[in-house]
Amino acid sequence: MYSEKVMDHFQNPRNVGEITDASGVGEVGNPTCGDIMRIYLKVEDNVIKEVKFKTFGCGAAVATSSMVTEMVIGKTIDEALKITNQAVAEALDGLPPAKMHCSNLAADALHKAIEDYKNKLAG
Amino acid sequence: MGRIYMDHSATTPVDADIAQAMVKFMTEDFGNPSSIHSFGRDVKKAVEEAREKVAKAIGADAREIIFTSGGTESDNAAIIGVATANCKKGSHIITSTIEHHAVLDTCHHLEKNGFKVTYLPVDEYGMVKAEDVAKAITDDTILITIMHANNEVGTIQPIAEIGRLAKEKGIYFHVDAVQTIGKIPVNVDELGVDLLSVSSHKIYGPKGVGCLYIRKGTRWTPITFGGAQERKRRAGTENTASIVGLGMAMEKAVANLEQEVTKLTKLRDKLINGITANIDHIQLNGHPTFRLPNNVNFSFHFIEGESLLLSLDMKGIAASSGSACTSGSLDPSHVLLAMGISHEVAHGSLRLTLGKMNTEEEVNYVLEVLPEIVERLRQMSPLYDQNYQPKKECCQHV
Ligand SMILES: Cc1ncc(COP(=O)(O)O)c(C=O)c1O
Ligand code: FES
Repeated sequence: MYSEKVMDHFQNPRNVGEITDASGVGEVGNPTCGDIMRIYLKVEDNVIKEVKFKTFGCGAAVATSSMVTEMVIGKTIDEALKITNQAVAEALDGLPPAKMHCSNLAADALHKAIEDYKNKLAG
Repeated sequence: MGRIYMDHSATTPVDADIAQAMVKFMTEDFGNPSSIHSFGRDVKKAVEEAREKVAKAIGADAREIIFTSGGTESDNAAIIGVATANCKKGSHIITSTIEHHAVLDTCHHLEKNGFKVTYLPVDEYGMVKAEDVAKAITDDTILITIMHANNEVGTIQPIAEIGRLAKEKGIYFHVDAVQTIGKIPVNVDELGVDLLSVSSHKIYGPKGVGCLYIRKGTRWTPITFGGAQERKRRAGTENTASIVGLGMAMEKAVANLEQEVTKLTKLRDKLINGITANIDHIQLNGHPTFRLPNNVNFSFHFIEGESLLLSLDMKGIAASSGSACTSGSLDPSHVLLAMGISHEVAHGSLRLTLGKMNTEEEVNYVLEVLPEIVERLRQMSPLYDQNYQPKKECCQHV
């Protein structure tokens, strides 16, 4: 039911872990099925230098988490904010219809982490 | 190691001798049992022989058996048939919160049509209490329907006790025995049941066939119309080849019962003990002793079941889970929730159900790969570090 890309990211997830001195952290819970994702960002000169994630969820949730981390590394904050759930799902060659909600987790957590970073900057 | 199948409560392979016997009833003995000619008569004879075998296996009379399309239809026919036939007498039905959806959704349907249904709670082990059944009975109660053993957690219910209660009060008693045939003794008189559902594909028979036992004298009406088959109780040309298969499967299930139970119990306990010894932060779901001999169900805290199933599948192991993410509805298992287990812990549930082809080597292999998989997923989990307690003693409070 999953694409090869999803299975690859599930089997070999990129950037799993935590960043202790993160510039921003975002955590979201999935209201549909109760899963959780947390993203850590390290930002330098407005560019995302490092990303790590931890996810409690299904294969699609793990794969979208992994994919979103790959997509944002090296991007500016503004570029990263433009990444949508749709884009993450497409980068994985699509998700089964019943699993589209899982991709919300990744993009939402990313946007929350960026918000957290901005709040911290604002002091 | 080849692929390992540990999902026998979902379905089983058809025994080779059964499959072979069935072919003849599709190609050579293809007649319609209702036909008057020899083609029809030959098949009619085979169908009646199958009925005898099924009846004998559960201690019933052949005339009390009707063939159906499986467990789901049997449950539907039992409940709707009794409700419809007895609606002038009363409109109250008693069931439990852990029934299969074939029972639960049928009850929901009846509720929409004016019936009242009591869904009894279960204890932490997934067991219905007979005294709760007794308390729920009113003058209006016409049917009690409780499963023999639960398909997810394997808990065996106090059916004989409930059967005595039902008899005392003159209330019909239906039991879904889909998961118990061939795993624990099923005798309609000893259990005191009036209706009993059986499915063939859980006992090494073909899919899409089953039967319903209806005790002689039970007030019941059919739910299908359009033919005089099954003595006017189930219209439609019989699924002859599958009925022959079901008959064989029932006969074998009962003949091999003791031997199977011994083997399955040994493998089950090896799995349960091995998992308990090697993995922290877990809980066994279901009853420790009143349990199907082939059922293992654990929750692994901090991880999610679909991820676990995918990881096991990559190692060639087929299992199932009560996680919300594996269900089409995205709700976690209603059985685990009814047992008071939290959404989060239900999420991390894994069911391994053994069958007659499983070996000790296969169990050893599962015990070898499972701890690594659980650890890998935990390393990925945002819940794990928050709750992480390095010493095993501590986890009793988790
Ligand atoms: C307890 C129980 N009842 C009913 C059914 C439905 O049986 P069938 O698949 O033959 O319709 C199942 C099978 O999933 C079951 O486990
Ligand atoms: S995270 Fe639960 S279905 Fe994907």
